[in-house]
Amino acid sequence: MANVTLRNVVKKYGVLEVVHSINLEIADSEFVVLVGPSGCGKSTTLRMVAGLEAISGGEVQIGGRVVNDLPPRERNISMVFQNYALYPHMTVRENLGFSLKVAKQAQPVIDDAVDKAAEILSLTPLLDRKPGALSGGQRQRVAMGRAIVRHPEVFLFDEPLSNLDAKLRTQMRVEIKKLHQKLKSTIIYVTHDQVEAMTLADRIVIMRDGHIEQVGTPLEVFENPLNTFVATFIGSPPMNLLDAVVKDGKLAFSDGTLIAMPPGYSQAEGQAVTFGVRADNIMPVGHALPHGEHMAEVEMEVNLTEPLGTETLLFSVLAGKEVQAKMFNPRPVQTGERMTFQIMLDKCHLFDAETGAALKR
Amino acid sequence: MKRLKLPPWLVLLLPAIIILSAVVLIPLVFSLYSSFTSYRLTRPDSIFNWVGLFNYEKAVTDVKFWAAFGRTVLLLAVALNLEMLLGLGLALMVSKVTSGQRLLRTMMMFPMMFSPILVGFQFKFIFNDNVGLVNNALQSLGITDQAIPWLVDGNLAMFSIIFAEVWTATSVFGILILAGLYAIPRDPLEAAKVDGCTSLQSFRYVTLPFLMPFIYIAMAIRSLDVARAYDIVQIMTNGGPARRTELLWTLIGRTGYVDARMGYANAMGYISIFLAIFFTVYFFKKLTQSRRELGMGA
Ligand SMILES: Nc1ncnc2c1ncn2[C@@H]1O[C@H](COP(=O)(O)OP(=O)(O)OP(=O)(O)O)[C@@H](O)[C@H]1O
Ligand SMILES: [Mg+2]
Repeated sequence: MANVTLRNVVKKYGVLEVVHSINLEIADSEFVVLVGPSGCGKSTTLRMVAGLEAISGGEVQIGGRVVNDLPPRERNISMVFQNYALYPHMTVRENLGFSLKVAKQAQPVIDDAVDKAAEILSLTPLLDRKPGALSGGQRQRVAMGRAIVRHPEVFLFDEPLSNLDAKLRTQMRVEIKKLHQKLKSTIIYVTHDQVEAMTLADRIVIMRDGHIEQVGTPLEVFENPLNTFVATFIGSPPMNLLDAVVKDGKLAFSDGTLIAMPPGYSQAEGQAVTFGVRADNIMPVGHALPHGEHMAEVEMEVNLTEPLGTETLLFSVLAGKEVQAKMFNPRPVQTGERMTFQIMLDKCHLFDAETGAALKR
Repeated sequence: MKRLKLPPWLVLLLPAIIILSAVVLIPLVFSLYSSFTSYRLTRPDSIFNWVGLFNYEKAVTDVKFWAAFGRTVLLLAVALNLEMLLGLGLALMVSKVTSGQRLLRTMMMFPMMFSPILVGFQFKFIFNDNVGLVNNALQSLGITDQAIPWLVDGNLAMFSIIFAEVWTATSVFGILILAGLYAIPRDPLEAAKVDGCTSLQSFRYVTLPFLMPFIYIAMAIRSLDVARAYDIVQIMTNGGPARRTELLWTLIGRTGYVDARMGYANAMGYISIFLAIFFTVYFFKKLTQSRRELGMGA
């Protein structure tokens, strides 16, 4: 088992710098998820830890040992690739045992390890098939089995579930979580799916354009996003953001609507801010959840509804910006219907209008 | 007036049928027929002299024929394996080169651009015992002061021929294996690295299985080539000395055109074709098998 440290790690392709000096401390047996939009450098970062990509600057440590110049096989890691990367000419058994075979382990040892891994991942009936004769989910499990057979210090996952259908994905998510609880190894997991990130992670690392935007537990990043990017990236639907100006200690939107300042904020008169509220915290009157004492009310016209079962998502426009609200205990709503919405101010956020950085309460 | 109505598919196929029968079918049937006669080019009427299986019996019991047969198989085995190994090495090196790879690839093809006849003349000169390049070089370097009879000594002559074959055709393997290297997916190779493979192990367990189909294609092509080898040998040694480099087709050519015994030559030809067919079928079997191993095709 091992901790992983990234210190000022840089990746350049020629003159193009795609990872800009990132720092990250990952504790032993921690499950860390790297999340971010496509092309933000998640895979590149992971591959630098794996040793598949040269490190252009900075330092990667695994278990306190600088591994910059070590080949992957000396880093004691396992990786699960997005496209599984199974060996097509080997049976599942051979795929699973391959790492032990090249490490020149005795056959009984290999058989034993393979049987155990197959047991954990319910692959036993498939052991003599080739990858070509497996479904996507089964291949995925083989890829995971191949990784756990080696008992590595660190597991690296690169979007392992992105090729699976929604149901299988949910299933595998649970499997991975169980696996982590059983093996207690350090895991770095890349995904662009924020739900996956929230459900799996001990800590989430949110990346954008080769920078780390925020690191924190799922609840921390959900409840206290450091900037508008994190606020909109984490949570579904994304947080509603509205431009506002501080006026008489209240917030004024561009259409003239006034609401009270969320508690704890004291912004200067005339300051331009971005007001953020999640759909869960803006609800039609009569269809709201129990709420705190600081409330505001706005009236909006409903343009679109998305019934989700226990709640309905309502799409409206406030001050020229789309706003999504949640209606609990829903009743049918006509498009064009005007409704009064309650905003739970305790759960709202203010960001700097220019930089997008969260303002201090 | 009623016109002869042929079904449309036949009308459409007719040109192809006519051309194919003119250039393939008729010569084939004629040569097959003549192998059952004592046909000699110098006595055209002997074409009607039916001798049954006599020519085949004679070939099967002819020591010279089997010696040529054996030599052809030897050439096939040695040349193909050498070419495969050298081609593999060449392709691996070229694939590692980062700049100027295109130029190298083109250069690799150079030997294939020359007619085998010219290659034959070229090596006939290079291996000449008096004025040849090899002997001159060896003598100037002081390695030997004798004129080594490259093309005159039986074993050395075979070596020289194999050398020329390998020089011309290694690039066939080189190019096809290079194509194979380009076609290998990156993922399994990376997985192998992470799984702890040294580069040798990656090559052995991942790269090579992916290359096998390409190697077998090259083998199939080249086995046909070598099984009908004629020109290089004809030019370099003319099957000599004392028939010690006689291959199947130099023997058949000599029998047919020099000795003018065309019926007998054709009989030997038909037996020889089985050699080529055998190797082709064998390598295609291996090809399909190696593709199936990779989960490609049925
Ligand atoms: N070989 C390369 N040469 C140049 N640029 C590259 C190379 N590989 C990746 N990049 C660039 O590096 C950036 C980060 O790529 P990376 O694969 O890490 O993204 P990612 O976060 O994993 O995205 P995704 O979610 O789509 O997998 C991208 O902008 C990409 O275009
Ligand atoms: Mg990626």
